[in-house]
Order: sequence, then structure tokens, then C-alpha cells
Amino acid sequence: MAKLRQIAFYGKGGIGKSTTSQNTLAALSDLGQKILIVGCDPKADSTRLILHAKAQDTILSLAAEAGSVEDLELEDVMKIGYKDIRCVESGGPEPGVGCAGRGVITSINFLEENGAYDGVDYVSYDVLGDVVCGGFAMPIRENKAQEIYIVMSGEMMAMYAANNISKGILKYANSGGVRLGGLVCNERQTDKELELAESLAKMLGSRLIHFVPRDNIVQHAELRRMTVLEYAPDSKQAGEYRTLAEKIHANAGNGTIPTPITMDQLEDLLMEHGIMKQIDESQVGKKATEVA
Amino acid sequence: MPQSADKILDHELLFREPEYQKMLADKKSEFEFNHADSKIQEIVEWTKTEDYKQKNFAREALTVNPAKACQPLGAVYVANGFAKTLSFVHGSQGCVAYYRSHFSRHFKEPTSCVSSSMTEDAAVFGGLNNMIDGLANTLNLYKPEMIAVSTTCMAEVIGDDLNAFIKTSKEKGSVPADFDVPFAHTPAFVGSHITGYDNALLGILRHFWDGKADTAPKLDRVPDESINFIFGFDGFVVGNMKEMKRILGLFGIDYNILCDPSEVWNTPTDGEFRMYEGGTTKATVERALNAKATIIFQGYCCEKTSKFIAEHGQEVVVLHSPIGVAGTDKFLMELSRITGKPIPAELELERGQLVDAMADSQAHLHGKRYAMYGDPDMMIGLTEFLLELGAEPAHILATNGEKEWAKKVQEVLDASPYGAGCKVYPKRDLWHMRSLLYTEPVDFLIGNTYGKYLERDTGTPLIRMVFPIFDRHHYHRYPIWGYEGGLRVLVMLLDEFFESIDVNTIVPGKTDYSYDIIR
Repeated sequence: MAKLRQIAFYGKGGIGKSTTSQNTLAALSDLGQKILIVGCDPKADSTRLILHAKAQDTILSLAAEAGSVEDLELEDVMKIGYKDIRCVESGGPEPGVGCAGRGVITSINFLEENGAYDGVDYVSYDVLGDVVCGGFAMPIRENKAQEIYIVMSGEMMAMYAANNISKGILKYANSGGVRLGGLVCNERQTDKELELAESLAKMLGSRLIHFVPRDNIVQHAELRRMTVLEYAPDSKQAGEYRTLAEKIHANAGNGTIPTPITMDQLEDLLMEHGIMKQIDESQVGKKATEVA
Repeated sequence: MPQSADKILDHELLFREPEYQKMLADKKSEFEFNHADSKIQEIVEWTKTEDYKQKNFAREALTVNPAKACQPLGAVYVANGFAKTLSFVHGSQGCVAYYRSHFSRHFKEPTSCVSSSMTEDAAVFGGLNNMIDGLANTLNLYKPEMIAVSTTCMAEVIGDDLNAFIKTSKEKGSVPADFDVPFAHTPAFVGSHITGYDNALLGILRHFWDGKADTAPKLDRVPDESINFIFGFDGFVVGNMKEMKRILGLFGIDYNILCDPSEVWNTPTDGEFRMYEGGTTKATVERALNAKATIIFQGYCCEKTSKFIAEHGQEVVVLHSPIGVAGTDKFLMELSRITGKPIPAELELERGQLVDAMADSQAHLHGKRYAMYGDPDMMIGLTEFLLELGAEPAHILATNGEKEWAKKVQEVLDASPYGAGCKVYPKRDLWHMRSLLYTEPVDFLIGNTYGKYLERDTGTPLIRMVFPIFDRHHYHRYPIWGYEGGLRVLVMLLDEFFESIDVNTIVPGKTDYSYDIIR
């Protein structure tokens, strides 16, 4: 067995992180890789397309029922989906209570201690939103994910989030071995999206590993709780994910330590590409009616 | 006023004076507005019934008086067992005050330990700055040669990463890059103090054997003839360690004890304060990698550590706090097997003396029923010894014992005719024990100081043999392991028995026909 490869997908909420990761991992399993997906999102939807259902038995919900995580067995939480991909959801509290970050720590420790990583080639973590607390950084801490892939788009906030995640990676890059594997741009059809994504990747000291074009077939597959790879394996979109999977597979050891930028630099980038006009300070804070 | 400077009454007598009795009665009648005494008594009586016991054991969401402490306590214990090592707990200050006072109340000795003193800002922004300043202060103020880091709940909930923090602290010049700072994550809400012992000891072994967090080459194992000993979390460590070293000395073997806090908790009063005393040196930890085998005296304290050592190529022998004849036999025979050395004649003599003492007193303990609670390993050792004496360990309870532990104890019970009516209770607490003592009474209770509330409520005499013991002094100075230790345990069991029979027969002209000179 080759050395276990651990990767993680981060990105702004709603960017299509789970969809992109599941499609890519399905393609990777087509390449013969044995895969474990660890969903680190309290919504527990990181494995929905692989399992054809939202995982009900998350680690934390079962642990809460049983009294403690020590009472759980690995079989209780691990589900097998498309192409024998192993799926685990950490789960977490309802919005507004508790600590989802601690939940991620608890879950990953449980999986490691109970041998969930034995016999797989890939472990992939799917983590929500920005890196906010130490818990959500768990997958990028020592001995966990070697490469982080940031899913983003040409939207300002998605780029902002990508930059923030890079800051998180940088924090742990020197003490641990974590690297930024690259950006994955999920097309939103904003202006000059490809150029923007490439420029941002360059400024972050990384590269745009793949530009995934928008295609409605993703929605069609998603409504059937399937990946495109399974729903329409011969489609063009399936090919895109296959390309992305191959690129990630070939990218082992090519990650970089990111060089995060400031908010001003980010705004400059948008201006450079003509998305945003030079800010006229006299216009800041004025309503449309006032400007006219 | 009953109190005067010439003759000061302690609280025990003071509050019996009429002024205080009136004050307490007024407080009750005018402010407390409690239920009627008869109602309270009715409920008290109900808690003694089988009906209440059923409800008590059906309890799911609540723990009342758990017989365990939290992980960092075990980690602080481990740090105290290494030479010139200061225990550094990353987290809030109050937790550390608890570990220190807990040990100091038991051993009646100061216990040194520092905290990174995390406060609200650290909870929000992470405790990195506390680590940087804390390590620097620790080194400058207390001059340790090693700082062993563990964590409290607070640092664990927010996910502070010790490995990264310690590296960053060194980069920022907090302590020199080559200064030894082994670490262990010890979330207090997971496991118990024995889990913390395991994690902390593993942290230290991993640090020295596996390349000091990627800053030094991993050590190569060059097998030698030495034997490692890990004794686990032990409230009797001062007496036990002395006894164990004596036994090892009699064998004449080359040994490494990993974690020995027996000296720092037994410093003399001679005018000099010793912040550090004794303990396992770094050189010993490093050479321990080469040992032929490791004997782990309390397996449940070392589940991860024993696995780690076995992976480094050593034979690992796991025991469960052997107490009494057969347990000590097993330990000595394993030692003899591994080293190829015969069991010293002196120890054989001691064995005979213990068997003799047991035979002398056996009639008194035979058939006596005991309830006991404590750490999983010690419960196994005590069960074995009680069965050897013909006593019945009727209720055996461990809050930090799992199902697998219960199975092991059951096997011990099944192997003896005296174990037939006995039952094991994993993951139960002292409120469960209270019900058991009412519905299925026993002659004696073996536990720690907290057991005195059960003694008060149920009238079951308490024998203090489990950590922590706050209300009796110096028990920890005597061993409970080895044949000599078996003798000590035997005497403790007998003392309480004779005491109780004297109390029962002391009424003049009524029961004193059995108030005998000879027992």
C-alpha cells in the first residue's frame, strides 16, 4: 500500500465545496484509490452524494446518545457508499449552541484511535467556511492533511475566504507539514473569473489547479443525490472532475506555503482586472440616489 | 461567649454550645423554609429501598460523586515523576490550584505546578501568547531542566495545538530551541486521571525516543539487559516505590523506573525547600528504549503507552496492581523469567511470613463481605487478595472502569468459590454505591476519603486504601505491593475488623461479655 495521503477541502460556505469534493473523490476512486471521507461540517452533508442519503448517524449524535464517544464502535459511524468509498460525518450541534470546533477534534481523534485510516489510500476532510477556531483547523494540524485545496469562485467574498484560509494554513505550515495544494475555481460566471482566480492563486504563492466550468448537469445529479460521475459518467462535466482528480493525484508533494495578502491588495487585484473602479473616496458611503 | 483566648474550642465542640445551637435552630425555622422533618425522614428512608435502587441504576444523564478525577491530575503526577521537571498546565489557573491542593492534601507535601493562566482573551484568540510568556517565566523563575506541558478543558475546547505552540514559542525565544518541552493533550472531559497519566507518560517517551518533535534524530534501539518499570498512578507511591526498589535491588538487576515521584512527595524537613527531588532522569528515559522488556504494573494506566513501547521492539508485561500472595508471585516469576535470575531467598522467606500471617488471622476475615471502589487496576489487585483471604468482594465499582475491565474482574471472581455472590459495576458512581450498601449490605467498605459520607449514611465501616486520603495521615508512606505490602493491607483489614467488634461489644454489663482481651 502506498503512503496514506490526506487532503482537505476548505472554502466559503455555499461555494460548492461538498459537491466539488465528492465528485472529485468519486473520480479518484475510479482511478482505483481507496478513499475515506471525513465530513467536518455540523450540517453533515459532505457525503450525501456518495451515500445517496444524508448521513443520519454522525459521530457526535451517536456519542451524545451513548453517553460518550468511547462507547462508540467504528462500524456504528462508518458508512460505505459509491465505489466502496468510506464515509464518516462528524456532525455537531444545532446553530447557536455548543462548540462545533470541539466536535471536529473529538471526531478526528476517535477515527484515528479506532483505526478508521487503516487500509485507505486517501483521507479527505471536508471543512465548512473559513478557518475560525482551533477546532476547524484540526485537519491542517500536524500529521493530518498534507495538502489543502481551497474551493473558490470569482466572487469577492469567496476570494476573501480563500485568503483567510491561507492565513490559517500559514500558521501551521512551519510547525507541521501542511501545504496549500492549490485553488479550485468553481465557475460562478462572474466577470473575468478565470484571470482573477489565476491572479489570486499567484499572489497566494500557489496555483489554480483547475477551473471547473458551470454545468446544470451537476444540479440534475445533485437532485438525485448522486455525483455526476455516477449519474452521467460520460458527460463533459464528469470529464472535468476526472481531470481535477488526476491533477490532485499528481500533485502530491507539490504544495506550497501560502503567502496571504491584505484586504487592500485584494481590492487592488479586483481593480487591476477592471472589476472594480478606482475607489473615489468622496463616493464611499453614498446611496445610489445621492450619487446620481 | 463560649469561646475564649485561654481555652479555644475547635469547631467540633464550639458549635455544640447553646448560643450556636440556638442560632442554627433560628436559621432553620426562620429562613430555610424546608419540608417538615417527618417528610425529609420519609424520603431518606425511601432512598434506602430496593425501589429507589432500581431508579438509581436506571439513571442515564446524571453522575453523583464520581470516583475519579480528571486527566490533567494524572499528567501532573507524571511530570512530578521526572527529575528537575516542572509541570506546566496550559489552561486556566483554578484547575491547577486543584491539582496542587489535591496532591498536597494527600501526600502532605507541597506540589509544584504552573499554569499558563488563560483568561477571556485567550479563550477568544487562542492561548499562544500565554504559552510563549508562560514557558519563558517558568524557565526564568523556577529553573527546571524540563517542562512537561498538559492541558485543561479550556485549551482543549478551543483547540489549541501544543505541538505548533511550543515550536512557535521556541522560535520566539521563549525557551532555547533544544530545551525539552514534552507535551500531551489531556482534555479533562475525556477519560479520567489514569487516561491523563497514560497520555502524559506517552508524551515524554515519544519526545525522547522519537526525535523530540522533529528537532532531533530518532533514537536507535540498541538492546541491552535492563528492564523498565512503569508503576502507574499510585496513591501509595512513597511506600510502594521504596518497596519495589528494595525488591529490584534484591534481584540485583539493571532497571529503569519510568516516572518516580516518590522522593518529591517525601522531602525531609531540614531547613531546605526542594522544589525538585529525585525522579527519572532524561538519561534514564533515553536508555529505557534499549531495555529488554517493560513491566507495567497498572495496565489500565498505560493502554497507549504499552502499545507504544511494544511497537519499539520490547516485550511488554502488563499487570494489574498485584496485591497479595498470588499477584506478587506472578510479578516475581515474570521478573525471574525475563531476567533469568532466581527469586531471592529473602523474598521467599517474606512470602512464607505473609502466608503465615494470613493463616493466623484468616478465621476473622473468612466470609466477610466487602464493597469497594477505586481505579480499575487496584480493584483487580484487591479482589485477588480478598479472595485469597476467603473474604467476599461483594460490590466492586470503578467509575473509570469499562465493560472490558468488568469482564476481567469477573474472570477473577469466577476462579474462586468466594467470588460467587460478587458483582462488578463499571462506570458507576458513589451514589450507586450508596444504594448497594443499603439494599445488599456488606461488612466493610474499601475506598478513599470521600467514602466517609457513605460510612456516615449507611454505617458501613470505611477502610481507606484508595487515593485520595485526606483525613488520615501517612498511609502513603507504607507499601501495599510486594509481600510486605500484602502484610500492610492485611493489617488494615484486620484493624478495622477488630475496631468494629470492639465498638459492638463495649457497653458495660450488656455486651461486654465479648469485649475480649484476646482476638
